[in-house]
Amino acid sequence: MKRRLMLFIPLVIFFVMGLFLWQGLKLDPRELPSALVGKPFPTFTLSTVKDESAAITENALKGQVSLVNVWATWCVACRQEHPELVRIAQESGLKIFGLNYKDTRPEAIRWLDEYMDPYQFSLFDEDGRVGLDLGVYGAPETYIVDKDGIVRYRFVGVIDRQVWLNELLPEVNKWR
Amino acid sequence: MEIGKQIAWYRINTLWFVLLIVVSIGAAFTYAPTAQATIDAFEFKNDELRTRYQDLAAVLRCPKCQNQNIIDSDAGIAADLRQQVYRLLNEGYTDDEILDFMVARYGNFVLYEPPVNSLTYLLWYGPFVLLFLAGIVVFFLLRGNRSAAQAAQQINEDDRERLNKLLNKKSD
Repeated sequence: MKRRLMLFIPLVIFFVMGLFLWQGLKLDPRELPSALVGKPFPTFTLSTVKDESAAITENALKGQVSLVNVWATWCVACRQEHPELVRIAQESGLKIFGLNYKDTRPEAIRWLDEYMDPYQFSLFDEDGRVGLDLGVYGAPETYIVDKDGIVRYRFVGVIDRQVWLNELLPEVNKWR
Repeated sequence: MEIGKQIAWYRINTLWFVLLIVVSIGAAFTYAPTAQATIDAFEFKNDELRTRYQDLAAVLRCPKCQNQNIIDSDAGIAADLRQQVYRLLNEGYTDDEILDFMVARYGNFVLYEPPVNSLTYLLWYGPFVLLFLAGIVVFFLLRGNRSAAQAAQQINEDDRERLNKLLNKKSD
């Protein structure tokens, strides 16, 4: 009898492994946890897209929960999510800061004129140094920063209505 | 099958099995250096810096294209990270400081060799546990085989006795 039962061990192992592998199918390997969640936004001093002489530091992000959206004119997916950002800015009154990543100023200005500007201002990170400090590996990326300037959440990819309502808004409310 | 042959057969099987394990373990420890796909026009002050640059760039993983190190990858982010490694080297950072710099920004993910901590114990020691379990299974299988072979011999002797008895009866 005991030997009989032993024969089922491979079957059990098969099902346990199958369960793990099946779960693994649902994981997105491109979704990396940010090393910065729970840590202060990296220090920086940058000009903005529209004001070359500005010198904005990380302190400008503090005071309220805000979104920091990494975008660029060469980034096709950024164009795709742009209308949703405009809508979020109008609807929720949430402050959205842009981080214009490895871009040129004239093109960035043209983009903002053409597609509306949902941002309080867009930091101009021409060489991508701040993006690197932030752990950006591809635009668009969006960070939720709390009132003390601590990074609370990172979202990689295009924000649409679904993502906003189901993923980002609850997270924003948590830190509000 | 004759008993002697049967035992020899088990022995050869065991030999193959051991050989297979040895080859697998050997393969796991073999390091295959990757070809350099990208060439940056970096000027190094000396050969030591160049070697350190190449070693670092080989163990840093591209966050965008996840199965390549930053030397192999053509992605923009990989170029940025190479540039960064180059800059930090020239600023006098040590290898560990540069790796820490990258981990602080991109997480442990950026390292091809993850650190040993409570989260990665399973990753690091799991295979050895499996190997140990496999060893136990093999041990019991081989022991089972041997007793089966002995049992086979036993039956043969019983049969021979019975055969002898039958033959004796006939001759009576």
